[in-house]
Amino acid sequence: MANTMLHINHIAKTFNPGTITEKKALLDVELTLNEGDFVTVIGGNGAGKSTMLNAVAGVFPVDSGKIEIGGVDVTHLPEYKRAKYLGRVFQDPMTGTAATMNIEENMALAMRRGQPRGLKWGIRPMEREMYREQLRTLGLGLEDRMQSKVGLLSGGQRQALTLLMATLKTPKLLLLDEHTAALDPKTAAKVLELTEKIVAEQKLTAMMVTHNMKDAIAIGNRLIMMNAGRIVVDVSGERKKNLTRAEVMGLFEKAAGEELDGDRLLLS
Amino acid sequence: MEIIKLINALPGCVSQGVIWGIMAIGVYITYRILDVADLTVDGSIATGGAVATVLLMAGVNPWIALIVAFVVGMLTGLATGIFHTFMGIPAILAGILTQLSLYSVNLAILGKANLPLNATKLELLISQRNVRALSLDNPLIVLAIVTAGVIALLYLFFGTELGCSLRATGANNAMARAQGINTNTNKVLGLMLSNGLVALSGALLCQYQGFTDVGMGRGAIVIGLAAVIIGEVLFSKIFNNFALKLLAVSIGAVIYFVVIQVVLWLGLDTDFLKMLQALVVAVFLAIPYWKGKYFNKKTGKGA
Ligand SMILES: Nc1ncnc2c1ncn2[C@@H]1O[C@H](COP(=O)(O)OP(=O)(O)OP(=O)(O)O)[C@@H](O)[C@H]1O
Ligand SMILES: [Mg+2]
Repeated sequence: MANTMLHINHIAKTFNPGTITEKKALLDVELTLNEGDFVTVIGGNGAGKSTMLNAVAGVFPVDSGKIEIGGVDVTHLPEYKRAKYLGRVFQDPMTGTAATMNIEENMALAMRRGQPRGLKWGIRPMEREMYREQLRTLGLGLEDRMQSKVGLLSGGQRQALTLLMATLKTPKLLLLDEHTAALDPKTAAKVLELTEKIVAEQKLTAMMVTHNMKDAIAIGNRLIMMNAGRIVVDVSGERKKNLTRAEVMGLFEKAAGEELDGDRLLLS
Repeated sequence: MEIIKLINALPGCVSQGVIWGIMAIGVYITYRILDVADLTVDGSIATGGAVATVLLMAGVNPWIALIVAFVVGMLTGLATGIFHTFMGIPAILAGILTQLSLYSVNLAILGKANLPLNATKLELLISQRNVRALSLDNPLIVLAIVTAGVIALLYLFFGTELGCSLRATGANNAMARAQGINTNTNKVLGLMLSNGLVALSGALLCQYQGFTDVGMGRGAIVIGLAAVIIGEVLFSKIFNNFALKLLAVSIGAVIYFVVIQVVLWLGLDTDFLKMLQALVVAVFLAIPYWKGKYFNKKTGKGA
């Protein structure tokens, strides 16, 4: 049996408890990922997908339950300490990079994820060659623009760079929250292809939130669906490979006990 | 309005500008690199002056006095940093709280509201009396050395892993945390560094003007911001290197004092000086906003 890479042990999260804006975002989420699992996460708006990923990343503390990454209990670790284990790419291309710093500086920051930062040079000459090689694999010509400010790059370029940065130092877990949603279809396809390639090459464990049913079915070895703060569908292996759109819809309706509202689910 | 009067005043403006330029470099660290507006500086510049004054009067070596003033300035930044990160108080308010308490601290250090520093009796690094001296006594020599040292050290520091993580903290908090950077610690560190420089500037200023006054920092933030913005407006196109950007801040401070001198020479009542300072900064702060709003529709956001 494979090693457990992530264990979300019955976590719950309520935002603004006790106020009129109180929102039970996660009710009781239980999930175990094995090493090498590539899970796609689907579900309607407000289902709790981002909240689950952010809870793992430590953006906010959870109300109850436990989170373990690679056997380490991180439940009470602040976000910056959990970063050691995690690679993250966000929906907004602006979020993952520092716009006012140049490409190589951004990569050097990512290269030191999880390490203490002292008074050594922020970027060493030999690193540059490595970054250049890595950038070349993106096929976007960024290897010739290493001194350019990241703010000058397009959204797709920034997402590709963020993905590269997230995996520069191999993470225990890669968290992708609709990381292609802000891109045009062609660029989105390219970044997605890149994602699959990197995950396969480094044999990463990954969770990818998407609103695209086709991608959710085609990519990865496991698919989970969330609804109202719970995981309601979890399909893997052969069954996942042979899933169809209609089947997923059917599973959702059965699990959620309600008619599927196409608009709310926003699946294409 | 004799032109000779203006020309006579210029060497003093330049020296004063270079002194305030060091303070403005401190402001640049918080305002531009960390992206917080820190109002501690109105208090910490006087703290630097007070600490240096007391030490100089006790016969301490003036270079040591500068270093001690820098360290005490860092502590004032630490106070603001703790208010801001540990106690969750918005940065501006945290700065105001420290600034207010520093008024008491400065009074306690000085023992009274105002202390003179006699340049004939004490060993001082610089003095206003020598602004037109064509010798090593000219304050510009020491000021140029200190400014060059500050810029060089900052240039080196912001090239280190720690310095880069500080820049990332200011550029994008979420990204910095995702890369494992403790953004709170870095904010505190940035505030400390900034206020250390501000206090260093205060330690030079009191020697230059020959006295320390607990109120000498009133409106300092406005002068610091003015220098930062003038430096950027005039030099951002030609200075890309970080060290040159800091130099631009220093030059910005000199230009600021020259402009103020010209305005006074043209006959402005000194009572209106602070108001003029505030308005100048307001207009310069508005320029990028106006540009973005009315002229920049097609080009979109810049870097
Ligand atoms: N920081 C927050 N403060 C208050 N409420 C929040 C916060 N973050 C999320 N919520 C609420 O929690 C619920 C779940 O949000 P979440 O972002 O996890 O949904 P999602 O499944 O990612 O949806 P989408 O597909 O729209 O991204 C929503 O009702 C949302 O409004
Ligand atoms: Mg979401």
